[in-house]
Amino acid sequence: MKAIETKGLTKFYGKARGVENVDLSVEEGEIFGFIGPNGAGKSTTIRTLLGLIGKSGGEASVLGMDIEKDKEKILREVGYLPSEAAFYGGMRVSDVLEFSAKLRKKDCREEAKRLASRLDLDLSRKVGELSLGNRKKVGIVAAMQHRPRLYILDEPTSGLDPLIQREFFDLLGERSAEGATVFLSSHVLTEIGRHCARAGILREGRLIREDSVDRLVGTGVKRVTLSGASALPELDGIKDLKVAGASASFLYSGRPDELVRALAKLEFTDMTLTDPDIEDVFMHYYAKEGE
Amino acid sequence: MTLFLHELKRDRVKLIVWTAVITFMLSVSIFIYPQMTSQMGEMGEMFSEMGGFSEAFNMDKINFGEFSGYFAVECGNVLGLGGGFFAALLGIAALAKEEREHTAEFLLTHPVSRTYVVAWKLAAVIAEVLILNIAVALCALLSSLAIGEKLDAKLFFNVFLGYFIMQTEIACVMFGLSAFLRGNGLGVGLGAAFALYFMNIIANLTDDAEFLRYITPFSYADGTAIVANGGIEVKYMIPGIAFALIGAAAAFVKYGRKDIRA
Repeated sequence: MKAIETKGLTKFYGKARGVENVDLSVEEGEIFGFIGPNGAGKSTTIRTLLGLIGKSGGEASVLGMDIEKDKEKILREVGYLPSEAAFYGGMRVSDVLEFSAKLRKKDCREEAKRLASRLDLDLSRKVGELSLGNRKKVGIVAAMQHRPRLYILDEPTSGLDPLIQREFFDLLGERSAEGATVFLSSHVLTEIGRHCARAGILREGRLIREDSVDRLVGTGVKRVTLSGASALPELDGIKDLKVAGASASFLYSGRPDELVRALAKLEFTDMTLTDPDIEDVFMHYYAKEGE
Repeated sequence: MTLFLHELKRDRVKLIVWTAVITFMLSVSIFIYPQMTSQMGEMGEMFSEMGGFSEAFNMDKINFGEFSGYFAVECGNVLGLGGGFFAALLGIAALAKEEREHTAEFLLTHPVSRTYVVAWKLAAVIAEVLILNIAVALCALLSSLAIGEKLDAKLFFNVFLGYFIMQTEIACVMFGLSAFLRGNGLGVGLGAAFALYFMNIIANLTDDAEFLRYITPFSYADGTAIVANGGIEVKYMIPGIAFALIGAAAAFVKYGRKDIRA
């Protein structure tokens, strides 16, 4: 069964575009990355899947259930972490988590304690007094304490320090090993590269690629770095050009023989040709020609 | 039920403060009655003969020198206006505050339907209005007994029932409006409560504005009118109940399909 499947999913806010014709397919049990810059429509897609906003067109199902007809059944199986988690100001962390558990008709106190201790979160603090990072931790515990089948996480690591980020991804790894699906939306590409097997790239409301992270990376693009170059090669298909002193670096997606011929006309002292990292892939899909 | 208790807990300070203030003011008004009557003498007549002013507050229809008349006027001022504002504030905030405080996303990604959310929030608003009125009624009763005045039980019940229904109507209408709002509706709530209060005053002043009595709930919940007529005027209350039902229904329909912003 697919954990998430959308066909032509479309959402317009009045005339403003949210997402258009998104065909997404996430297998149960996988960790799926959802990449895109701010405003690409990542949150809109997620919020539509969760029934916070109504779709304008297309179809979508979560864990085999229709997002409109079976909304509550879906929400029972989902743990959602919003990008900016907000809670009821006057309440203590433990009260917020208990309220969340009660709305799910579950007793999650033990699990909440365990998660809070791993994330170094004080349950007795008032949520109104928490820093952004600590609020995020409350969101993480609320999304995980009921042990859902599907985790939908929107920019989960913003505000978390590196140690807690690692603990968080360890937790996710454990849940994934138990069979849960993780849908991780982020613009931190190293995060996606490190933790996800597959990813979808969203650009201006449209899903432009959905593939394994390995294949997204090996998409025929190379990063070329030249040291001490007298000039830049005259080539089509150069993107993300960075010049720092006598060193120039760019992404090249054309024919390799043309690259070699163009480079042969230049003088330079050193050269490296590497597979792009996920940041480079992102640029490949996003940067306009010649930039 | 979880959400209902959660709402009561969230609003507890607001409820306690408003109840305390209204109870205190009404009790003070009752406690100064003996002193006032001893000094007033013929002033009761004067109060009822101040032309437009007396008419505006229905003081021409009752005897201000009698406790029931005095009680009706004071109750109208304190519980009518205070309770009306409290109900308006509660109703207008109930749904909109979740989006304003960005907690809607948290609440609505739990396995609860929008209908569940609207129903329990509405129930909490009505319960809070009821709690306020019961507390105020009890204190009014005890204060009256303390000064040795007895109110006719039926009249007393009718006055408080009128105010409770009036506040529930305002709360329901504002609650319906709340479903359409995203920001702070406080101004709308208070403004509407004020407008409705003045509609009743205008209707008292001129017969040409009789139609206003069918619009404002302050007409059927006017303590002085209830004392003067011996009960609530049902013909003014029926449209009020209809407005309340429309408000509540609007909340269910609108909130059920509303796009919740982040």
